[in-house]
Amino acid sequence: MMREWFKSGTPWIWLNAAAVSASLIIVFGLLLLIAVRGLGHFWPADVVQAQYSRIGSQPERVIGELVETEVVSLANLRTAGFELDSKEKFINRHLLKTGNRDVLGSDFRWVVDPYLSDKQFPEQIMVLERREWGNFYGYLKTIKQAGKVVAEGDKSRPELQQRMERVLDLQDQIHDIEKGAIGDINYAIERLRLNQRRLELDGENTPENLQALTVERKQLEKEYATLQQQLGELYTAINRDSLTAEIMNGQTVEIPLAKIVRAYMPNDLSLFGKIGLYISRLWEFVSDEPREANTEGGIFPAIFGTVMMVFIMSLMVTPFGVVAAVYLREYAKQGVLTRTIRIAVNNLAGVPSIVYGVFGLGFFVYFLGGNIDRLFYAEALPAPTFGTPGILWSSLTLAILTVPVVIVATEEGLSRIPRAIREGSLALGATKAETLWRTVLPMATPAMMTGMILAIARAAGEVAPLMLVGVVKLAPSLALDGNAPFLHLDRKFMHLGFHIYDVGFQSPNVEAARPLVYATALLLVVVIVILNLAAIYIRNRLREKYKGLET
Amino acid sequence: MASDTGLTHGINLDALERKSTVLNIESETICLETNALDLFYGEKQALKGVNIKLPEKRVSAFIGPSGCGKSTLLRCFNRMNDLVDTCRIAGSITLNGEDIYAKSVDVAELRRRVGMVFQKPNPFPKSIYENVAYGLRLQGVKNRRVLDEAVERSLNGAALWDEVKDRLHDSALGLSGGQQQRLVIARAIAIEPKVLLLDEPASALDPISTLKIEELIHELKDNYTIIIVTHNMQQAARVSDYTAFMYMGELIEFGDTDTIFTNPSEKQTEDYITGRYG
Repeated sequence: MMREWFKSGTPWIWLNAAAVSASLIIVFGLLLLIAVRGLGHFWPADVVQAQYSRIGSQPERVIGELVETEVVSLANLRTAGFELDSKEKFINRHLLKTGNRDVLGSDFRWVVDPYLSDKQFPEQIMVLERREWGNFYGYLKTIKQAGKVVAEGDKSRPELQQRMERVLDLQDQIHDIEKGAIGDINYAIERLRLNQRRLELDGENTPENLQALTVERKQLEKEYATLQQQLGELYTAINRDSLTAEIMNGQTVEIPLAKIVRAYMPNDLSLFGKIGLYISRLWEFVSDEPREANTEGGIFPAIFGTVMMVFIMSLMVTPFGVVAAVYLREYAKQGVLTRTIRIAVNNLAGVPSIVYGVFGLGFFVYFLGGNIDRLFYAEALPAPTFGTPGILWSSLTLAILTVPVVIVATEEGLSRIPRAIREGSLALGATKAETLWRTVLPMATPAMMTGMILAIARAAGEVAPLMLVGVVKLAPSLALDGNAPFLHLDRKFMHLGFHIYDVGFQSPNVEAARPLVYATALLLVVVIVILNLAAIYIRNRLREKYKGLET
Repeated sequence: MASDTGLTHGINLDALERKSTVLNIESETICLETNALDLFYGEKQALKGVNIKLPEKRVSAFIGPSGCGKSTLLRCFNRMNDLVDTCRIAGSITLNGEDIYAKSVDVAELRRRVGMVFQKPNPFPKSIYENVAYGLRLQGVKNRRVLDEAVERSLNGAALWDEVKDRLHDSALGLSGGQQQRLVIARAIAIEPKVLLLDEPASALDPISTLKIEELIHELKDNYTIIIVTHNMQQAARVSDYTAFMYMGELIEFGDTDTIFTNPSEKQTEDYITGRYG
């Protein structure tokens, strides 16, 4: 009976089905975990206020967001110095995000459940997201203009909203001038300095040439002075208002509105209000620049850097891999040598990626970049231009890392083109090269795309080698901007994968940044999926074009 | 089929009789000629001392059992065997008196003069129009009018124009097998070769399509020297003027089709034709 059951193959089918299910559950579980943890962070949580009366010390008021709750044994708490007369063996302990790091010293606080009493969610509790020192939790007292109180009590709330709008508008203007106009002028002045240095190096620093540069510089400096003046006025305007608020220990603090990004009262928000806030915070995350050592704000530069690096990498690796595969498959005499090369190429795919990073640093950055600097950017020396890690070297390093998959996939595609098609072309008087260009290569494009998809999948998630050849924690400017020559391949860049590592392990406030780790991880997955889907879409279009050949 | 030869499908004795009075290999102009042709694939000898003279503007058929070397011989005429790395030949082949294996010969140019159609239809994954224009584009023809005319003329020549004239820019892969094979023939005659090599052109097709291809061969022989390899002896009898029987890499017998089929001089030929082996 049992033997027959085994012979029928049924157990195998079940085993296979179980293995497939397990894989699916793991994948979806993983995505679900990072999605829930990451996306939950942007939801405006209710803020709790309670009385915390620890035995042997003064009762105090605590205000904060409930972050997590864990169960600890009574014995453990006792050894930690908590005097508890409870009959339960296990007790709940809560992690509260109390914010106000500037006053209280830390963002988070563990509280033991039995000590808490009189929990409530007062509607007047205000949360401020600040540019510095993290979140603020407390009660709004007054609004001040130039040091004088202009609104108090209930009137201060509408007044705050109104004044916040003005401040945010001013903030945008300041940002535009600082990052935009002044950034451009600095860039131009730096170019002038380099031009002058080049003239000196070339021995062409004639008075006329220098005069021209000086005139230009004067012009720029004049523009700079005007902008500086505008900026000064904006700063005066933005620093006009401030608010005072009471925090949980009863202290009153004054906060300039210029330091506030967002102010809201979560316990008073309707569902739609919360959804609106959620969307606005999520949008800030994907579209804004990071603040506070990457633990707050957005990660747009990292998204941009990742996508751009993958694009440049694809542009490099695909032609290179295709050319290599064409030679190996179509021209090289098949024999021991080609077999050895194929084995070597396949093994290349198995080399640990950090090794490529080391190679990239040694060869691209120091050797190639160093020589490029000496030959073409001598005026900037000793400051390196290409002789330092940058997005170009990162893309090239990853291109080398992924070239084996492109070669293998393209070779596979070339070998699948029917002999009859090649012969048909040759029989019409085409040379081998013409046959390749006009017929074989177009038909192999889906396979090349497959190679590119695999390359993207591998490269987009790679972090280790990038740390050596171009990724930084915070890049001051993107590799693509409005200053000629627009594409700055020498610049360093930010990367989602590295951002996860940086925020998760290198940030000064790991606890506060942890949700961002999940959110960034989710975004990295989304970016890779989008890149892949785009490539798969193109490949399927190409396949459609050449379908019917498989028969 | 309104063919002026009066041939119908099936062995028409009347036609055979008429042909026998007309054809005489001695009076033909010779187009292709091989001289003591040996061909080796590595160690294996595939052709042994083949001497054959193929007349111009006639249909010559190669018959013989599988592996006898008939396709190999055919592929020598446009040097398709060059693609096989281990292939080596000795002896000579001349096309209108010119040695096609001479060093000075441009193989691509040779293949323009000696067109070929393969066993399985092999259209390119392009439009019908581009398939036919492929050979001309290779020669650098860009003028739209010249291409249009050549495409129409070739498709007409391959008896396909009426079926595809409204969808010239659709993919050639959407055509039926028989249409694809005629398209491939149109593609081959678009560059106006002297010789057309047909390697079992109808073996992958249904009977109706086969019929059309055979009709086409009849029409084409006025302008082209046609050499056809076939497994189907009735087909050879129907379409060819001359027939060569090959066996184990050797040319056993070559003569006008009637003689080969009715009164072969070699016993092997007779055995094969009457179905005793092969």
